[in-house]
Amino acid sequence: MLLLLTLGLLLATGLAFQLGRRRAVAVVEGRASALHSRPVYHGSLVAIWSVLPAALLVLAFAVAQPTLVGSLVMGGAPAAVQELPEAQKGVFLADVRSVATGNIPSREPSPEVRAAADRYRVLTQVGHASLAVLVISLAAAGLGLSRRRIRADHRARASVERAIQGVLVASSTVAIATTVGIILSLVFEAARFFARVSPIEFLLGTSWSPQTALRADQVASSGAFGAVPVFTGTLLVTLIAMAVAAPIGLFSAIYLAEYAGPRVRAFVKPLLEILAGIPTVVYGFFAALSVAPLVRGFGESIGLDVAAESALAAGAVMGVMIIPFVSSLSDDVITAVPQSLRDGSLGLGATPSETIRRVVLPTALPGIVGSLLLAVSRAIGETMIVVMAAGLAANLTANPLEAVTTVTVQIVTLLVGDQEFDSAKTLAAFALGLVLFIVTLALNVIALMVVRRYREQVE
Amino acid sequence: MSAEQGAGTGSESPHTTEAARGRLAKRHAREKRFRAYGVAAIATAMAALALLLGSIALGGLPGFFQHTVELDVTFAPDLLDPDGTGEPSSLARGDHAGAVKRSLRERFPDASSRRDKRALYALVSRGAGIAVRDALARDPALLGQVAPVEVLLSDDADRYFKGEIEAAAAEQNRKLSDAQIGWLDALDAEDRVRNTFHTRLLTAGDSREPELAGIWGATVGSFLTLLVTLALSFPVGVATAIYLEEFAPRNRWTDFVEVNINNLAAVPSIVFGLLGLAVFLNFVGMPRSAPVVGGFVLALMTLPTIIIAARSAIASVPPSIREAALGVGASPTQVVFQHVLPLAMPGVLTGTILGMARALGETAPLLMIGMVAFIVDVPSGLTSPATVLPVQVFLWADSPERAFVAKTSAAILVLLSFLVLMNLAAVLLRNRFERRW
Repeated sequence: MLLLLTLGLLLATGLAFQLGRRRAVAVVEGRASALHSRPVYHGSLVAIWSVLPAALLVLAFAVAQPTLVGSLVMGGAPAAVQELPEAQKGVFLADVRSVATGNIPSREPSPEVRAAADRYRVLTQVGHASLAVLVISLAAAGLGLSRRRIRADHRARASVERAIQGVLVASSTVAIATTVGIILSLVFEAARFFARVSPIEFLLGTSWSPQTALRADQVASSGAFGAVPVFTGTLLVTLIAMAVAAPIGLFSAIYLAEYAGPRVRAFVKPLLEILAGIPTVVYGFFAALSVAPLVRGFGESIGLDVAAESALAAGAVMGVMIIPFVSSLSDDVITAVPQSLRDGSLGLGATPSETIRRVVLPTALPGIVGSLLLAVSRAIGETMIVVMAAGLAANLTANPLEAVTTVTVQIVTLLVGDQEFDSAKTLAAFALGLVLFIVTLALNVIALMVVRRYREQVE
Repeated sequence: MSAEQGAGTGSESPHTTEAARGRLAKRHAREKRFRAYGVAAIATAMAALALLLGSIALGGLPGFFQHTVELDVTFAPDLLDPDGTGEPSSLARGDHAGAVKRSLRERFPDASSRRDKRALYALVSRGAGIAVRDALARDPALLGQVAPVEVLLSDDADRYFKGEIEAAAAEQNRKLSDAQIGWLDALDAEDRVRNTFHTRLLTAGDSREPELAGIWGATVGSFLTLLVTLALSFPVGVATAIYLEEFAPRNRWTDFVEVNINNLAAVPSIVFGLLGLAVFLNFVGMPRSAPVVGGFVLALMTLPTIIIAARSAIASVPPSIREAALGVGASPTQVVFQHVLPLAMPGVLTGTILGMARALGETAPLLMIGMVAFIVDVPSGLTSPATVLPVQVFLWADSPERAFVAKTSAAILVLLSFLVLMNLAAVLLRNRFERRW
């Protein structure tokens, strides 16, 4: 029904546009030069007036209708249903909906559900019919009124351009709305979590086992939520990743920026970028299937006890993934160092490597630090590699050969699967998400600030 | 001092003394070492790339092939025609798997005990009956006759022929018993076992049985999700870029929007998944596992990428174009939409394709909104339960069946080839149409 209306509105747009354009041409008897705005603008204005209000109405209806009809159905339900607790009412309504929409319900529906479903269907149909009438009359009214207003000196272009400006401004707020949405959803859900578990225990506790709830009535059924082992695990994996990515990325960037000829550069740079384009799930598969057994076999051959899901394997593969972030950002920073500095150093007799180490790198240092910080933020937020190759158990250890868990792994394991969304377990994921968001945001802001200050200094 | 003078024979400068030459040699050696570090770093990165792609390509190629066995199946009416009418509706409901089992029993009468029979049946796939059903649907006249039918082998039998299960290993250490291997060898000796391209991998939905599972369902899911992503993020992204680049006044609000977009580009993708879960699923009440929700989440995630690419494409259009258009009387809106945007379009589209490629490879946020369920059916619409290619890879990689390892690599190869195609399209677009001013 809603789809049909949308299609109808699209058709109406074309029709209104044509009607408006024809009318504009007819008003001036074909001499388009007599019009203030070109016929296209008159057509567009008519289309906007006839379709936009109607479309907004359809949207509002689509959002409000399920709740509205639901509450009407519940209001008309028998007293036995009215007295049910809130949660059971929700189940009742869900059953009604699935019966009304013709889905196969999980169990044989009761007579009450059937009756309510019939009512639901009738109400939905009435709603749709009245919506259709309203939409059509609204569109027709808009069409008629705006078409009447077409005159030779009517400033249609100004109105259309105002509407376009409105769309542009609205679009630019989507990014803000996304950020606000992220912050609000994380803060609200995390607040619900911290109402049950104290923030101090979460941030300073050293025991993390949220999955221990075996029965609902069990003592301490919510498990333990001391997130320190999770944080240290994240830190360990990130350190390993940076130990791989920082030297390889930096030396690649130095070589590409200072030594490599244009042909080598044109060949190697895209190859490095491929590393950034490979989906992380592929890295995860590679880490779990190829690298982890390799690390383990090597460790055993020299007499070390290596866990099957060692932090080393996950961290090393993550490091490979991050190489291009370090190398391409550092490359930009190094090439931005003014050539005059190099020329001065070389002219005094320094070798290229001395020039790089004593002149270029110190100048580029803030930018390089910025690029490393961005890479760290990437590593902290990376999910699939650690989900597939790192462990689930929260071990408080600094040994890279043991299995550790990370913030992202915990978020995924706590939220994947069917769960009720108000247990401490699922809410803990949002608390972890909030920490992740704050840390990565802080790193990004600092990194961008450092890089910007560096640019100003160099330029 | 005097010795040095003697060695220097008067004409030598302090830069050519023995000690100076030594220092110079050291500096040059250091220079060489420094260069070598750079080469080594690049070589390491390349080696990692080669190892990654090589191991997946090698592991994935067998996944595209599957062994089948040709069995002489008796199309017995008592099994295959339950109504006794010979009508297609009756033939479709027959016990096709039973016919395959019977033909196996007839071929190997030595399997008499219940355990032996079960071991024998385990040689062919659980979906082996499909081949019998299809053969009967093609030619109903087969009823009552004996005809050869190619049926899928089970995953373990397939792995035996691929050499992944070795007959030399001790019996308790492998998935196939000695008797099973004997039967398989007997079938192979009659030249009945063939290795064929496994089209099912590309055309079927997911399954618990490795030999029946395919990626078509996930491919359709990916397509639907990306469709929603593109429909939302492209118009909004381009409109935002136009506004910020062409119309926005220089003030603190604009600065705030810009900083915000840059930060959004660096937010971990899983956080977008949390947003989708809290807002789209729990607050708005959209369906779980649906491509439309996945598309919403990925659209918000790719939006910054598209905005940044579109902005730089628009900014690279020279101001002379704008001035010329304004000079002949175009309004600012007309300048942007009729002159600047068409010229910036190749760059905008390149950025969009790259953003879409990133969205195609994204997994983590989709796990949060339930696109990780086991879904057999190919999704039929934007709200039907679906999964996407990278999530399918994740699901298969998690599966305990060893035969899924090759399938996972094969699915990765398909995913990577989609990504290569998209990136090639972006490169072509850039090289063919992008203008350097």
